[in-house]
Amino acid sequence: MTRRGLLARLAGRPALRTGLLLGPGALWLVCFFVVPLAILLAYSVMRRGAYGGVEPGFTLEHYARVLDPLYLGILRRTVVLSLATTAICFLLGYPTALVIARSGRWRNLLLFLVVLPFWTSALVRTYAMIFLLRDTGFLNAALRALGVLREPLHLLYTEGAVLAGLVYGALPFMVLPIYASLEKLDPVLLEAAEGLGARPWARFRRVTLPLTLPGVAAGSLLVFIPTLGAFVVPDLLGGAKQMMLGNLVQNQFGPARNWPFGSAASFLVMSLVLAAVLLWLRRRDRGALAREGP
Amino acid sequence: MAHPEGGDAVVEFREVTRRYGGVLAVDRVSFAIRRGEFFSILGPSGCGKTTTLRLLAGFEVPDAGEVRLFGEVVNRKRPYERELAMVFQSYALFPHLTVARNVAFGLEQRRRPAAEVRARVQRALELVRLDPGTFARRLPAELSGGQRQRVALARALVLEPRVLLLDEPLGALDLKLRKEMQLELKQLNQQTGATFVYVTHDQEEALAMSDRIAVMSEARVAQLGSPAEVYENPRTAFVADFIGEANFLPGTVTGPAPGAPALVEVALPAGGAIRVPAAPGLVAGAPVQVAIRPEWHDLFRPGEAPPAENALPGTVRDVIYLGETMHVLVHLADGAAVRVALRNEGQLAKPLPWRAGDPCVVAWLPEDCQVLEAP
Repeated sequence: MTRRGLLARLAGRPALRTGLLLGPGALWLVCFFVVPLAILLAYSVMRRGAYGGVEPGFTLEHYARVLDPLYLGILRRTVVLSLATTAICFLLGYPTALVIARSGRWRNLLLFLVVLPFWTSALVRTYAMIFLLRDTGFLNAALRALGVLREPLHLLYTEGAVLAGLVYGALPFMVLPIYASLEKLDPVLLEAAEGLGARPWARFRRVTLPLTLPGVAAGSLLVFIPTLGAFVVPDLLGGAKQMMLGNLVQNQFGPARNWPFGSAASFLVMSLVLAAVLLWLRRRDRGALAREGP
Repeated sequence: MAHPEGGDAVVEFREVTRRYGGVLAVDRVSFAIRRGEFFSILGPSGCGKTTTLRLLAGFEVPDAGEVRLFGEVVNRKRPYERELAMVFQSYALFPHLTVARNVAFGLEQRRRPAAEVRARVQRALELVRLDPGTFARRLPAELSGGQRQRVALARALVLEPRVLLLDEPLGALDLKLRKEMQLELKQLNQQTGATFVYVTHDQEEALAMSDRIAVMSEARVAQLGSPAEVYENPRTAFVADFIGEANFLPGTVTGPAPGAPALVEVALPAGGAIRVPAAPGLVAGAPVQVAIRPEWHDLFRPGEAPPAENALPGTVRDVIYLGETMHVLVHLADGAAVRVALRNEGQLAKPLPWRAGDPCVVAWLPEDCQVLEAP
């Protein structure tokens, strides 16, 4: 059969064509997402093996254990840090995106600079932050040389260091979607607002911001979800004291050799993400339905 | 506020120039707009009419000259500092706000009390004939083009502006709706007493609605006057050609017309002569260009043209049916084409007696010749 013949046959059979287009991707996801997820779910209700792994049986004790105050504290910190990361990324990212969107011919260069950190591994960048923040690091040395400080500030292994690292890693994911929505914003709407008497701040609050909220929402999800599962940054910049859920999961599969508990904790993270997304979708739909009165 | 030089003018441009890069978008433009007037800026795309409006609105800053509003120079004032309202070509309705909130926007910026805002929004919607009960809570995406246009108009009118700027507001509407809106805008102008500054490229629209028209061409005002003045008395070939249709005849003045002191005689290059109204510059030897509107011509069989009229022989080439009028395309002896518009008295009942190939004479009164200024 010739190639032409194959294409002609496909054109006549939309179901087959859709299957061929969708098949490879679907197969990939089934193999490497659905199957491991099912295994993880099974592990989370099985008994812990003595040297890692699992033993047959059924128990919900691992889920019960997640509710232990110790772990709830980690959960709380994870959610708070993720929300704070998202908020800071928004506060830093929106003005950045605004400037880039209005920068004319410099736009591409600035966008390039935003994604430049991706050119090196996140691990290397995080280690670089250690050298920046530690007691004998660049920041302390500089502040002492300037006479601002006598004793070094303990910056590393604090919640602040973790937050700084998380924001640094996630910022481009906030900037890019906001930039995209600003780019789509029709400039004539801004002129209309100005023509109707809106000063710059009112114009931003009443027109620019509401019309770019989809970009803010997309950026927030892109920042919040990966931050919930972060483990490299809190591990390297937070040490043992600033554990997040990601570290807990990593620990259970690693040194603690408690795979069922690690699985249960993973599902906890996942259910949090799911809850966050559903909440956002519901709010968005309600927003679309709600009509402000005259 | 009266101004010593501005007089009754609410808007005044004095030698206003605006460049983009090296290109002149508006070149030493001057005009004054009177209170309550319906003033149109008419011209082809790229003539500078929209830039002129944007200079007035405050979206552009002049490179030279003065823009005055109510007697005050406003060159550097931001749009929100000017007491104007503008209707944009694309309407520029806020897509995330309902009709009522769109209309309320300007009043909210002026911090009017909520009850007043509600009442005025209601009135503005009724003014543009949109039922508030039906439309107030709709989003712009749920409206037709004509309805959006009305909302944009209401959003500007609700501010009760003393000057309303309109940038081709009817351009996106179909012909019937456009004619309807033309009438309504004209009525709104009279009803509200506001000064309307209306930018359009549609000459028919400008003629139908305006008290005065500034015809723009290549960044300059080519002519400013009432619709009758710019149509019946075009000063340049551009104005004669852009507004309505015109036949152009170039020639050379030979001297006073014998027996008619108010006329001079002009020789045409292909032979023959016509008579045109005398004017100071029209001395023997001066080159002239003459414009005549198609409907000012009449058509006769050879030898039947009235002796007091200009008359040029030719051949009918084509007859074009246009509904209200019939255009007869005539080729003169020298090959030049002339359009003659004749009233259509019903082709089925009383068909036009002209067929392609008929020999004919194109005739018209010497007074109907518009002698144009050299460009």
